Amino acid sequence: MPRYFTQDHEWIEVDGDTGTVGITDYAQGQLGDITYVDLPEVGAVLKRGDAPCVVDSVKAASDVYAPVSGTVTDVNEALGDEPELVNTDPETGGWLFRVTLADAGELDGMMDQAAYNAYVAGL
Amino acid sequence: MNAPNPSGWRPAMGVAAPEGFESPTVSGDRALMLEEPLIFELREPGTTGVDIDDLELEPLDTLAGFLRAEAPALPGLTEPETVRHYTRLSRQNYAIDLGPFPLGSCTMKHNPRLNEKLARLPGFADVHPLQPQQTVRGALAAINELAVWLIELTGMHGVAMSPKAGAHGELCGLLCIKAAIEARGEDRTVILVPESAHGTNPATAAFAGFSVESIPATADGRVDLAALTAKLGPHVAGVMITNPNTCGLFERDMKAISDAVHAAGGYVYCDGANFNAIVGKVRPGDLGIDAMHINLHKTFSTPHGGGGPGSGPVVLSEALAPFGPLPWTARMADGTVRLIEEEDAATEMPTSFGRMAAFHGQMGMFTRALTYILSHGADGLRQVAEDAVLNANYVLRSLDDVLDAPFGAAGPCMHEALFSDAGLAEGFSTLDMAKGLIDEGFHPMTVYFPLVVHGAMLIEPTETESKAGLDRFIASMRSLAERAKAGDETLKSAPHFAPRRRLDETLAARKPVLTWQG
Repeated sequence: MPRYFTQDHEWIEVDGDTGTVGITDYAQGQLGDITYVDLPEVGAVLKRGDAPCVVDSVKAASDVYAPVSGTVTDVNEALGDEPELVNTDPETGGWLFRVTLADAGELDGMMDQAAYNAYVAGL
Repeated sequence: MNAPNPSGWRPAMGVAAPEGFESPTVSGDRALMLEEPLIFELREPGTTGVDIDDLELEPLDTLAGFLRAEAPALPGLTEPETVRHYTRLSRQNYAIDLGPFPLGSCTMKHNPRLNEKLARLPGFADVHPLQPQQTVRGALAAINELAVWLIELTGMHGVAMSPKAGAHGELCGLLCIKAAIEARGEDRTVILVPESAHGTNPATAAFAGFSVESIPATADGRVDLAALTAKLGPHVAGVMITNPNTCGLFERDMKAISDAVHAAGGYVYCDGANFNAIVGKVRPGDLGIDAMHINLHKTFSTPHGGGGPGSGPVVLSEALAPFGPLPWTARMADGTVRLIEEEDAATEMPTSFGRMAAFHGQMGMFTRALTYILSHGADGLRQVAEDAVLNANYVLRSLDDVLDAPFGAAGPCMHEALFSDAGLAEGFSTLDMAKGLIDEGFHPMTVYFPLVVHGAMLIEPTETESKAGLDRFIASMRSLAERAKAGDETLKSAPHFAPRRRLDETLAARKPVLTWQG
């Protein structure tokens, strides 16, 4: 399944008209130990660029931006007890929320894995 | 007369416990380093500080459902044991009276003892907030005197004295802006907040019902004027700008920003937390600012944090002052000062947005701040700003060869010096530097803030530190920086000499234990 990346270090993996969103391994490394994840409500309608989710770490509270517009269909409830999943498994088990894609065209121009790796290497 | 101690000899300090011993003493104490249990662990049931006769009273019927079946599990201590418990705990703490607090953006400076003396005058200390106004005329006159000084120092039109601290002041300012916009019959819902603002600013805007849009910073750490101007429009209620900002830099475009915001129909809120850097030098009113809170506990030296309540008066422009909160201090035609409250707001202050605090403010803080202002005078306050900026630049230039100063090349800083973690050895972090400072006997600097700088270390020495004191701090920082750059592993397990070793902050945040588990 194709995976896309933003300059704000979110990833979105697309399966049909649903996208699963999380933060990248680089992002979790920068944030340090995650202590709490404030997840969106299922049913919340997001515009691309909204900040539906906040990740608290020992260093800072950081917004996670919606990489696409859409409606939240599911959130990763496991993070309630184990926020550290975002540190240990950021790009699979530490996913944050799922959205239905309102406009698949929004994916155009986002980075693929290789482009994101090059982007991070330049930071 | 002989010089004291002509040989220079003094006894060596004791060392930490020898290897392998958690504690080499039976008591657990190590001379003046005292171990102290929780107060509940000291419990001896039945022990109290006062003797109360057994009363044979029938419980009130009205308590029926809530009558205790058994005695509460209160600690049982005598009065001297209680006093010792808290005094022993205080020995494990750090205080502004023990050494510098270099916390950037917090402004922890000396609290002059003259302030304390005057705040204890019975006419100020013993007033009750419900006393009739005619019985507290002196206290009201003192509040008004402080108000006049704050208006004069800021070049503004009026001041709301009741807000309790900085963030409460921000809320007061935004509620004034909201009331002013509603009075114009307009609907503006957006507050612009730059990345270099204080973290409380976007939180306040959201709490006041606005949506927040972020303005990026320029490469030299200031508000991007072009990006801000591009966002202005009929939906923008105002901007919130911290000046000097959290990078310790003065926003040079402030007047241009204000003019642009006003031209677009918005208002300018300035976070005045860093006013100590410019007091007596710059009047925010001249920069086009409409509302600004002043942290009396920062600029005007009242106690701070655990030492005393905050106080955050808000100065207001001519455009916003009519919308300020109740109660409002007003000088009457006969020269007396009184508070405008709800009963006469309809005639005296009809556009006030209403009350945001039960009473008029922190009298003890007002007295201390007024004492500080009057004891310094206009020239003394100017020197406060000059010395605060001089001290910060001394720290900046004394460390910028061993630590990375991201905005150091751009020129002098204001009241705080900002460094990043660039150049520390692999695996060494800002946190290790902070923990090392504890071993050196200093309170750590502000870490990981502002967010625009990687691994930020923000140091605010304040004007009350002497050159000798700054040199001691700088020597410790230089040593720590060199250890972190050389990869000295002992720094990663600091502190070694504190009452407690490095604490597990992650576990404390993930699984907090907030009540006694006995």
